[in-house]
Amino acid sequence: MAETTLSAPAKPAPNSNRPGTAALLLNNTLATSGLAVLLAICLIALAAPILPLPDPDVTAPANRLLPVFSEGHLLGTDHLGRDLLSRLIWGTRVSLAVGLSATAIAAFFGSLLGLVAGYAGGRTDAVIMRGIDMVMAFPYILLALAIVAVLGPGLLNALYAIALVNIPFFARNIRGITLGLSRREFVDAARLSGKSPVQILFLEILPNVLPVIVITMSTTIGWMILETAGLSFLGLGAQPPQADLGSMLGEGRKILFTAPHVSIIPGLMIFALVMSINLFGDGVRDILDPRLRAGSLTRPVSRTAVERDCTSVPQPSSEDGVLDVRGMRTEFQIGSSVYKAVGGVDLHLKQGECLGIVGESGSGKSVTAMSIMGLVPTPPGRISGGAAYLEGEDLFAASNRRIKDLRGGTVAYVFQDPLSTLHPLFTVGDQLKEAISTHQPLSGKALTDKAVELLTLVRIPNAKERLSAYPHELSGGMRQRVCIAMALANDAKVLIADEPTTALDVTVQSQVLTLMNGLRREKNTAVLFITHDFGVVSALCDRVAVMYAGKIVETGTTEDVLSNPRHPYTAKLIDCVPVLGQPERRVDAIEGRPPVVNNLPDGCAFAARCPRARAACRRGEIELEMTTGDSGVRCLFPLGKGEDA
Amino acid sequence: MAGYIAKRLLAAIPVLFGLTIIVFLIMAMIPGDPATAILGSYATPENVAKLNKDLGLDKTLVEQYLIWIGNLFEGDLGRSYTLNRPVLDEVLERFSATLILAGTALVLCSILGLIAGIISAVRQYGWADKAITLLVLIGISTPSFWLGLLLILVFAVNLKLFPVSGMYAIYGGGDLPDLLHHLALPAFTLSVVATGVIARLTRTAMLEVLRQDYIRTARAKGLSERKVIYKHAFKSALVSIIPVIGIQAGFVIGGAVYIETVFQWPGIGSMLVKAISTRDLLLVQGGVLVVAAAYVLFNLLADVVQTLLDPRLR
Repeated sequence: MAETTLSAPAKPAPNSNRPGTAALLLNNTLATSGLAVLLAICLIALAAPILPLPDPDVTAPANRLLPVFSEGHLLGTDHLGRDLLSRLIWGTRVSLAVGLSATAIAAFFGSLLGLVAGYAGGRTDAVIMRGIDMVMAFPYILLALAIVAVLGPGLLNALYAIALVNIPFFARNIRGITLGLSRREFVDAARLSGKSPVQILFLEILPNVLPVIVITMSTTIGWMILETAGLSFLGLGAQPPQADLGSMLGEGRKILFTAPHVSIIPGLMIFALVMSINLFGDGVRDILDPRLRAGSLTRPVSRTAVERDCTSVPQPSSEDGVLDVRGMRTEFQIGSSVYKAVGGVDLHLKQGECLGIVGESGSGKSVTAMSIMGLVPTPPGRISGGAAYLEGEDLFAASNRRIKDLRGGTVAYVFQDPLSTLHPLFTVGDQLKEAISTHQPLSGKALTDKAVELLTLVRIPNAKERLSAYPHELSGGMRQRVCIAMALANDAKVLIADEPTTALDVTVQSQVLTLMNGLRREKNTAVLFITHDFGVVSALCDRVAVMYAGKIVETGTTEDVLSNPRHPYTAKLIDCVPVLGQPERRVDAIEGRPPVVNNLPDGCAFAARCPRARAACRRGEIELEMTTGDSGVRCLFPLGKGEDA
Repeated sequence: MAGYIAKRLLAAIPVLFGLTIIVFLIMAMIPGDPATAILGSYATPENVAKLNKDLGLDKTLVEQYLIWIGNLFEGDLGRSYTLNRPVLDEVLERFSATLILAGTALVLCSILGLIAGIISAVRQYGWADKAITLLVLIGISTPSFWLGLLLILVFAVNLKLFPVSGMYAIYGGGDLPDLLHHLALPAFTLSVVATGVIARLTRTAMLEVLRQDYIRTARAKGLSERKVIYKHAFKSALVSIIPVIGIQAGFVIGGAVYIETVFQWPGIGSMLVKAISTRDLLLVQGGVLVVAAAYVLFNLLADVVQTLLDPRLR
């Protein structure tokens, strides 16, 4: 627990609006009802000795096979005239006790093995895990049967068998977690402070592993109850006169056709028990498993949701642009907070023009790029305002079908990391051909030829042979060339490139940039180029827009902005670029961090980091002041010519 | 590829040997003296000693194992004393019946599970997803032996749609339609739990894959949502689902023990249960060994299929 004490002061209650574990559990209706049923069953089973029940083992041949709701026997009687309700409750007691004991035994020994194997590592780990693998090579129930065969039928033996075959599940899970934890700093710290391995294992690691043990228990206990009941059903568990739910079911089976209630009732009880445990267990797992808790497993739909006020959709500017974005806003709804990633962005792009969007990570530049064709995942994203016109057509009002046709056809994308953006299980040829054939009626040889032609266009040697390569068989630069080829497949009018060179190393970067620059001039494609690097902008872009906290803070021709930045943020960004041949130049990182976009300050978002900020900067909305033609700056006190920020 | 399969096959050999050791040891650990067990408590010490010698029980454990494994290679798993026939013959005959049942159930649960999982993921939080999630939960919480009894009551006894038990009709049966008629209820019952597990996993796997960057690429290319989901996402999801189907094979074969008992299917599961209660341990040993070996081979197959799907594993 050293970990939590160390990190606690650094994070002052970041999740104060997150409900606690118990509250979360109670919010989950299914889990709560599971818990309620489970508690009810447990209470009744516990109270069996004090309930006014007839002796479950007293036979009364005269009253045999009474139906349900008979007088004095609410659930009827079995083939020996024993009261079924009483037997059911006492049997549930046995089944619960056996299931819980088996789980406890399996959890204890399994966790112990897992902790030791994960912490000791090396040979101990190898020996233990090989043994575990060996046991897991058996079908689970079969191994339990073999063990019962050796020990002989009986409830206790069935319990041991089920516990034993479940040990590997715990050992494996716990070992994995322990392995990860034992490399962490707080364990090193404990080791240096002279604690013994046993102390470290039980005082430092065990508390952190406990949630995993609980999850594994909650997911296996239902199984164990089922399996022990199964063994009893087969006659290998509880032996008469002792009865658990399984053996009651097994006995009832012999008279299934004459008195079905004798077998249906105990089966129903097993089902209710296991179902309530599973409901509750799922609830516990959802809460303790942080991946699910973050809600990260929500399926994004094919297109970003558009929720804008239709009465105030901005009109396209009169210019002859290919792409015209007006006042676009994109938000992310995470829990109860709204992150305004893009807060009203205007962009326009003429044919053959290259516009660079520059900003730090988190400035909203990628979201801007994705929003245009609705590629921001929903949930949690949504477009909440503005418009994007493609040759005069409002993309946010277009039908899904229309968007699908435009994507890859008129507007093509190149993304950042070519390893994760290419499908790992299809050859690059297949992916390239797919990009072509989605928009062009080509097939067979013509399709292959076109694919080869495209690969040759992006200067991939041996294009024909490369078609059958998988992405992981190519270098990073080659993969990005493939992505560019895919984007060029249908002579798109607009190419949106989202940091296409960031994941590549420097020499490859310049090759890819040169290639893109040549191709766009050749094909007269409009390019929206997202980057954080002013060096790249100067090499490629005609104009540039600088983004900060979801807004454009400065825009103008590349030359103007680079030689005479007017927003202090732009100036600082330019200062971040090292210049070849000027080793004495200071390369400064900008101090501080960009603001979190769910809680933007009033006034200029950069004020907190700006050396020139004054009181006026922290008030009201600051407009993007357009000066000459395409130039503009969102600053009350812009820099003069040659002035340093 | 062929090299990879050969390598996997070689790697399976030590596992199979390990299985024989475990099975041998389990039987060697049986408390009590087998000779006394066979001859009864009135046996004279001389007779016990003689039988021990005949059974090779006076040798060390290692020698006994070597003899046993030697016999195994010759196809000799001993003789069942209750059935008075070679264990191997009985086991293989029974195992083919189990393979029919478990194989059908496995195909059934793979198909149903995949379909349910995909629908659940595609319609996440919709009514179909909620219905499937609930059904899955019910499915994996239902004792299969009890479900079997209920199905017999409803579909065999009341509706008379299917036979109550057995593998073939006693009179005039024996052909494929007859087999399928008898197979329907037990195979369905056996597949329920595994269907639930596979459906759950498919849902998670699909949801995980649908968040990947390459799915965004597929959408940016202008692919139809159908292609994005059923071609791009499903193929990736399948890679992580195949091993789970391999593991489910073990649960299905194990679960067959109950189902064969309920439906009186003449498979290896019902044979094992009977052999355990009659303490016919050679039969238990042979049965466990054959089923475990089949399970190992099946997982090997799952590995190979996974490798075929995922070029990165080659």
